[in-house]
Amino acid sequence: MPEMNLVQAVNDALRIAMREDDDVVVLGEDVGKVGGVFRVTQGLFDEFGEDRVIDTPLSEGGIIGTAIGMALYGMKPVPEIQFADFIFPAFDQIVSEAAKYRYRSGGEYTCPMVIRTPVGGGIRGGHYHSQSPESLFIHTAGLKVVCPSNPYDAKGLLTAAIKDPDPVLFFEPKRVYRAVKMDVPEGDLELPLGKAKVVREGEDVTVIAWGAMLFEALASAEEVEADGLSCEVLDLRTLWPVDIDTIASSVKKTGRVVIVHEAPKACGFGAELLSMVTEKCFVHLEAPPVRVTGFDTPFPYTLEMEYLPLQHRITPALRETVAYEP
Amino acid sequence: MQTQEQVVPIRTPESSFDDEVVTVIAKDGSTGPADPKLPVEQVVDFYEAMVRTRTIDVQLERLQRQGRIGFHIGSLGEEACILGSAAAMRPQDWIFPCYREFGALLYRGMPLQTYVDNMYGNADDPVKGRQMPDHYTGRAFRFGSVSSPIGTQMTQAVGFAWAAQKKGTDEVTSVYFGEGATSSAEFHTGMNFAGVMKAPVVFLCRNNRWAISVPSEKQTASKTFADKGVAYGVPAVRVDGNDVLATYKVVRECVERAARGEGPALVEMLTYRVGGHSTSDDPRAYRVQDEVEQWRRTDPVVRLRRHLETLGAWDDAREEELTKGTEAELKACIAAAEAKPKPALGTIFDGVFAERPWHLEEQAAELLNGPRAKDHH
Repeated sequence: MPEMNLVQAVNDALRIAMREDDDVVVLGEDVGKVGGVFRVTQGLFDEFGEDRVIDTPLSEGGIIGTAIGMALYGMKPVPEIQFADFIFPAFDQIVSEAAKYRYRSGGEYTCPMVIRTPVGGGIRGGHYHSQSPESLFIHTAGLKVVCPSNPYDAKGLLTAAIKDPDPVLFFEPKRVYRAVKMDVPEGDLELPLGKAKVVREGEDVTVIAWGAMLFEALASAEEVEADGLSCEVLDLRTLWPVDIDTIASSVKKTGRVVIVHEAPKACGFGAELLSMVTEKCFVHLEAPPVRVTGFDTPFPYTLEMEYLPLQHRITPALRETVAYEP
Repeated sequence: MQTQEQVVPIRTPESSFDDEVVTVIAKDGSTGPADPKLPVEQVVDFYEAMVRTRTIDVQLERLQRQGRIGFHIGSLGEEACILGSAAAMRPQDWIFPCYREFGALLYRGMPLQTYVDNMYGNADDPVKGRQMPDHYTGRAFRFGSVSSPIGTQMTQAVGFAWAAQKKGTDEVTSVYFGEGATSSAEFHTGMNFAGVMKAPVVFLCRNNRWAISVPSEKQTASKTFADKGVAYGVPAVRVDGNDVLATYKVVRECVERAARGEGPALVEMLTYRVGGHSTSDDPRAYRVQDEVEQWRRTDPVVRLRRHLETLGAWDDAREEELTKGTEAELKACIAAAEAKPKPALGTIFDGVFAERPWHLEEQAAELLNGPRAKDHH
């Protein structure tokens, strides 16, 4: 089994999908000849040509708008937005068009497409190369939202997203792109959307994370293990529709939950998760659910490691949540 | 000595389109050199479609005033540019609408009953009552789906046209929008992408002079809207949009060159929005009646009728038969639509995704077991 990083795993999934289905096309800024600014689409231009790996003019609204048109006709576009921070010129096309076509047309038109975009901070990118806007898309009826934390999941989930009949936002944690290597099977690998993964079993507290923050959560879980605390760590993988069964059964077991995400706290996805946990597990809760998140500020450059909900912020939250007594 | 101007050649753009407007039907009903010379039955067919569109428009506006439908957005005065361009699309071609083109949808074959069901958002509405009146969809008629925000359909039409070409068809996609939409980002992006991708798409700009209350001269500093094609390398043409034969001729040529692989085109169709923006608008608040009266004198329906009369192909008896027939047909459709039930309660949750996820199942159960469920079947 070859070892791959997340860049290679996404590339592999795209290549296999494009070999299997002529309708799959990749489009975006710099995705062609140069293979993308992160080299995620490297080599695809040479194998599939300029009609299937399209260097578009520089306009996110145009990339998504034309991709929607391709999807309406019956193709399977996989547009790339160079950084999630640049997605807003295409926001209207995503939330009012791609997300609504099936509904508003009574099913006459559908919009199967996967919008890939690198997300998250910790790479010295400042405000415009670091944001995590997932909750804006989760809030939008008609979109699925995926964020893998590792190469194996990235390949399997992207494969499933491309086969999915609905539009999918596929957030790739850019801090993980080349930081993690693992065995990823060659050939077909498909993992179902909507399934979280228990990556570490524990008894005392549930930690919910995704993307790059999963590794911070795991590091904290290991850190507090020395004190005898047993943490269960969930990797959501698909943010929406979220795997409520896995979350609820874990929280019912531990009675305590800490939610970790990079995005700002107010109306971040953690707020929704916290509400769901409260609704579904109220009588099982032994401590107030806690969020460890980015702050409600723009994403800072120099102090980004203080902004991010890293191990140094997660660990005390775990200790306090487990120690809580009413 | 060189002047500053010679060293730095800043140029004021000159319009290439100022006086160039394609026209066919003259005031006396005779036709000029651009006459597409269609069989007379086809011209009669255009006329009937225009009168039918206007008759329906007038009746629906009345229906809205009576409070029986919530909204109507019509095409009073713009029938020639809408029907002429729609007729120029070949059967295999596609139309991406703005929201003022119900006449084109009916011309393409949507049954009037289906359109009226959509106006009522009843159980037989193809889009299940999910959209306001006049936000129709007609894939079976190679017709897109109406969205309210301005310009969104333009980039989509480009991608759609490109896909059709890459799949090996000769299908051309046309896309309607008003002149106000040329100020939107999507117009610039769509034109630019179309030019670069050489997509077989025809941009149909209905320059009806008004974007709700804002006159066309406030939308742009360009001399004409056709001028905008120059910047994107998209060939452009201006046509008298109140002249159905000129519109047909011009759009047909653009369609044929796109089908041959010669790329996109922009058509500026000069017309006038005689009515309000929609039934929610009263144009007396922002424009003088004189202007409207002046445009009524160029009425596209009157103009085509004069032409048909010179051919001996139309008379008052046929006109009355057509108008009364359309009114009766519409009346029956309205009665049928009003008798139909609302869409079933649970349909709110269908079609958000291909399959209902757990959270929508949960919310559907909440609604279906809720206090209002008994009022529905």
